[in-house]
Order: sequence, then structure tokens, then C-alpha cells
Amino acid sequence: MSQAIRYTGARVIDPASGVDQIRDVIVADGRVLPEGAAATVAETRAADGLWITPAFVDLCARLREPGPKLHGTIASETRAAAAAGFRHLALPPDTHPVIDHGALATQVIEKAQAAGHARVYPVGALTRGLEGKALAGMGGLKAAGCVAVGNARKPVASVETLLRCLEYAGSMDLTVFFSPEEASLATGSAHDGFMAARLGLVGIPATAETVALATALLLVEQTGVRAHFGQLSCKASVELVRIAKGRGLPVTADVAMHQLHLTDAAIDGFNAMAHVRPPLRREEDRQALIAGVREGVIDAICSDHQPLDAAAKLAPFAEALPGMSTLETVLPLGLALVAAGELSPARLIGALTASPAQALGLPVGRLDAADAGVLLIDPAARWTVNAGSLLSTGKNSYFLGQEMTGRVRAHLA
Amino acid sequence: MHQSHAHQASRLQLNDQGRLRHFLSTEGLSRELLTEILDRADTFLDGDGGIRNVPLLAGRTVMNLFFEPSTRTRTTFEVAAKRLSADVLNIDISKSSTSKGETLRDMLWNLEAMTADVFVVRHGLSGAAHFIASQVTPEIAVINAGDGRHAHPTQAMLDMLTIRRHAGDFTRLTVAIIGDIRHSRVARSEIHALQTLGAREVRVIGPRTLLPRDFEELGVKVFEDMDAGLAGVDVAIALRVQNERMESALLPGSSEFYSLYGLTRARLRVASPNVLVMHPGPINRGVEIESEVADGPQSLILKQVNYGIAVRMAVLAMAVEGQDAARAAQQATGQADAATQTGGAR
Repeated sequence: MSQAIRYTGARVIDPASGVDQIRDVIVADGRVLPEGAAATVAETRAADGLWITPAFVDLCARLREPGPKLHGTIASETRAAAAAGFRHLALPPDTHPVIDHGALATQVIEKAQAAGHARVYPVGALTRGLEGKALAGMGGLKAAGCVAVGNARKPVASVETLLRCLEYAGSMDLTVFFSPEEASLATGSAHDGFMAARLGLVGIPATAETVALATALLLVEQTGVRAHFGQLSCKASVELVRIAKGRGLPVTADVAMHQLHLTDAAIDGFNAMAHVRPPLRREEDRQALIAGVREGVIDAICSDHQPLDAAAKLAPFAEALPGMSTLETVLPLGLALVAAGELSPARLIGALTASPAQALGLPVGRLDAADAGVLLIDPAARWTVNAGSLLSTGKNSYFLGQEMTGRVRAHLA
Repeated sequence: MHQSHAHQASRLQLNDQGRLRHFLSTEGLSRELLTEILDRADTFLDGDGGIRNVPLLAGRTVMNLFFEPSTRTRTTFEVAAKRLSADVLNIDISKSSTSKGETLRDMLWNLEAMTADVFVVRHGLSGAAHFIASQVTPEIAVINAGDGRHAHPTQAMLDMLTIRRHAGDFTRLTVAIIGDIRHSRVARSEIHALQTLGAREVRVIGPRTLLPRDFEELGVKVFEDMDAGLAGVDVAIALRVQNERMESALLPGSSEFYSLYGLTRARLRVASPNVLVMHPGPINRGVEIESEVADGPQSLILKQVNYGIAVRMAVLAMAVEGQDAARAAQQATGQADAATQTGGAR
């Protein structure tokens, strides 16, 4: 047993157990001991003004490995993740090669273990090669440790194929992760609205998301498979998820943190840093997404981390690769929503811990669980986002040069 | 209304003195500056509508970088540069580097080494001219000769020159732009120029499939019905409809388009009696415009060609002057700094 350390004066936020209060806690073996547990306290540390929360759980982080490693590696990105408070990361299957067989999933898990910064949970491919045609070996993926399967942002050939995929995933007792997108409506590079019209960019309408989401929800209802809908971007999607939950469907949802802060106004001047997929939408969408998180219709907030090397954004807008390096700005951007009165601290922390853990079916994201991880957060620490302060290989942040408030001080062992 | 947008659009285009140094978009430039372009273009036209030779750019090099095929625009830029006594280099990009996988940025670095003063850029992607202007060495002026669906500012300004010379005061004019607005960089640049120059009303007319989303927010009136849209207009600008639009689900066919949105004598009866007709060319007779209208007394289509050379001369001259002024100001500051430093050392 490692040394037990008592922290005094911290605000302890553990949404899984409904705790949000200033109190003393004893941390040992990477978890908070239950009140009244017998422990020999080796040291007492003052933590006034700080927060103690579970370590964060991310439902969508691209690590760029397996792959050419140009934009990042499992080691570089899990290191950045850990510094930003994330200890558990779901990795989408659209790697190179695709995670569509158990051996590769095992390799990813082991590489992350060897790097030692954070745990990586590969989401297995729903279809072989993510080609949308044939079932991936989901049984093998599950045996190798995949907690869910999905087709990333790649299309499935037909609704019939998707139906068979969901039936089979259900038989394997796997959750299906969707990044809903109807490919035929998603050929552009920006939200299909005034800003795209003005800049002459091909638009992606909100229906590119809602048509796919509605189709998937109907098939979820038919098959009863557990489903998670990630990186939702528009008001109508929040309404569809609200209806589905109202009907008792086994669904969860997340939104990327940057979607809660930015709108398509950010692409003005052809700012390639704001080229993301799904595209940044309008203010009414942003407001609806925040309300969705506040009300719990949207369970979790993810990073949708997509590190890119510098050259990837040095091209005309549509040709610049989409994606933003986001892991390290999730906490301060979340705290900005708290400061603006949009979210309570407990709801923010819940959306980064207990809720995503539940979507993954993992016993983490809570203070009393072994190996879940405990964070010491300084919600008032100020720092500036720049190429030097970001640990990620990807410096492709819209927020470069901006001052942030809030930083993880330590993972408590 | 969209002040911050205008700011974004003008940021790259102007030097510290507020003078033109790149010409990327008509958006965000002041009425004074657009008027100056038109005034300057007027000085290059002689009494008969011919073009004067003015050796303002002697010893300077203008490089035409056309990533998209174009004959007319490239030729008029070449003629304009030569009338200003500039040396002109045409780089045929489709046959050179990008096909070998070289990135646009790498290619720019190579072209910079040839020490041009002006890049005239045509590219298929919206924002390409902005991107190039943001990447090239500050000594090079970038003139946008059309980027994707975004902007074609010299075409818009030659249309403004045509309107000013033949219809006069913009503030009394209602102008309609007809047809494929969605894919048109010309329409976007015309709208910004017309609004800045004070046109009374700007309309766009076309079926929903050819209209961009939420375009009303740009401050234009959107009409899906041709007769309603043409009612009382002083200037009607027909846009070219590409044949490929008929192959996709945007239009059912050219004859239906002509019957609903073709600019014909019969249709123009609802317009102002002195309505002027324009078209950026090349025209599709019997698709977007009736031959009798294109060749008729109200048509300015042939006039537009010479005006295009004059406007491009004006923009080339002004952008080079803006670059020279920025450089002179920088050198003056540098010398002042050096003097201060030397003074401090003493």
C-alpha cells in the first residue's frame, strides 16, 4: 500500500456518488478512501481553493497511431492527455491500419501501457476495414479488450448492412459508437449557412447529421443494441436524442468541447484552425448543445482530439485537413462555461468522468474506484495556449495565443 | 451590418496606410477605395473606349499563376500588364508541379525565388488567394483572378465600371443578378461592390438549387420568380450556367432553365425601360440569355471586355504602389530606429 495522504480544504467533486463539497479526503493507491476507513496518514497537505475530482474519461481521442506518426503517437498524445487530466481514452478505429482485428487492438492497449501515461480503450471497427460492407470480427475485438465498436465517420453501404451490423454487435453485447453523418450530404467543409455562402465554401447542412442520427435511432429501437452518439453538432440532434431517451432507448450522447464554444463565425477569414468535422455551426446550435449537456440529454463532453502537423493546415480552407488538437484545452474551456453560469461544476465534471465512463461501461470516472485516478485541479491557474505550452504533437488549436484559466496540478497516487 | 466580417475581409488587403496591397475581394474595401479603382481605370481609357499605354510598371514582373484553365481572364491580365510595360510570365501550373505532389506552399516558395512583383492567381478553391497572400513574402502583391466560388474582384470591378459609365449614379440603381448564384464568385464580388458603392437594391434571382443558403443575410433580396425579380430593375446581369449543372440534380435541363430564367426581350418588359444588360461571359445563347438581348442596344457585353483591361491595369498599378509605399514606410521606420539607436549609443 502506498502512502496515504490527507488533503484538506479542497472542493471534492464526485458526480458518481453525488458529492460536491469542501471536505478533507485521504488518498491512497490512486483512489479516495471511504470516510472512516482505517488508514495511517503519512502526510497532510493543504488544498484550499483546489478541486479533487476523478480523472477524466475521453470518448473520442485520435492518437495518430497506428499510423504514419506524423501527427502524433500513442506516447506523445497520452502524455498530453494525462497532463490535461485524462486517464482513460477511447480511440476510434479509423487508424492506419484500421482496428478491425483483435491483434491490433491488443497491440494498441499494450503500447499505451508501456508508455504509462493513460489507458487507451480501442473502439473496434464495425465493418471490415471500415469499408461499410462486411462485418468486422467483433467477437475477436471484444475478446482483445474493445469496449465498443463503430464505423468512425465512415459510411456504411446501406441501411440493411447497418441493421445487420447492429444485430451482430448486440449479440456480442457491444455498445455501438456512432459519429452520425450522411456522406452524400457531407461533401463540404463548413456549416451550410450564411458564412459558408459568403465565403463560397461548400456547405454541410445539419441534416447531414440528423438524417444519419434518425436512421440509426430507428435501427437501435428495432435491435435494442446499446448505442452512443458522439460529437453531435446541432440543435436538431439534441432534440432527436431527447426523444429517443424519452422512449427509453439505450442511448447516450456526447459533444466535443469546442462545439460548446465556437460557431461558424470562427471560420471567417478562411481560418483553417476552425476547419473541423462536424463543422462549427450557428449560435442557436451552440446554445442548444450547452442546454443539452446541462439537462443531461447529452451525457458527456469529449475532446474529439485530432492532432495535426503544421503543414496539414497550410492550405486553402477546404484542402486543409479538418480537426483540432483539443485535449489540453478541454478543462479550461469547461471551466469557462462554469464561469459563464452555463454549467455547474458538478455537471461539468460529471460530463468528463462518470457519464463517459458509463457510456463505455467502465468502472472508472469515480473517486472510490481502484485505478480510476484522482485529479488535483487548480481552477484558477492561468496559462497561455501556444506551441510551447501544448504537449501534444498537434499545435493545431484555434485557441493559440489565448489565455486560459484552469489547469490540472497533479494526478494523486 | 457585418462590420467584423468586413474587417476580416480587408485585413490582408490593405497596408498600414490603408492603401491596397493585395486585391483579394471587393468585400471590406471602402467606397473611396472602390471609387479610386474606377477613377484610375477611367484614366486608362481614351475617348473612343481604347486603352492607353502607361509605363507605370516598367521593370516590374507580373506572374500569372493559373491553377484553373482560363483564356479570357488570363489574356486580359496579360494585356493589362503589358500596357503598363510590365514583364509577364505565364506559369502553366496544371503541367508543372502540383501534379507531382508538391504542395501549394512549397511551390510558392520556388516561385518567390523568381522575384516577381505581382502574382495574379486563379484557383479552384475558395480562399486560395487569401492563403497565398498570407504565405508569400510581403514584397509580392497578390491579385485574385478568381478563387473557387468565393471572389472574382476584378470581374466585379469591371462590371462596376461598365455600370458607372453607362448608368451613372449607383444610389439610384436596382441591380438583379440572375442564374447560378450558388457557384458564382462573380455574383459574390458584385454584391459586395454594389453594396459598398451604394446601389439602392441588389437582387439575386434563381431556383433554390442555385441559391446559397441564408443569402438574405448578405443584405440582398432573393427571388425565385424571374418576373417578380426583374420588375423595375435598372441593370440585369445574367450569369453563365455550366452544362454540368444539368447533369446533377441542380437543374432539369437547359430548355426549362431558359423558359423560367432566361433573359429574353419578353421578360425584360417588366424591367426599367432603360434597363442595361450585362454578362461576365462566355455567354450561352438560348440558355441564360436570348441572342437578341445579348446583341441588342441595351447590351453592354462587348463593352465589358475593354473595361476589363482598364480595371486590371488600375488594380495592378495600385497594388504595386501600395507595396512600394509599405516598403518605403518600413525603410523609413527602420532608418529612424537605426538613428535612434545610434543616437543612444552616442
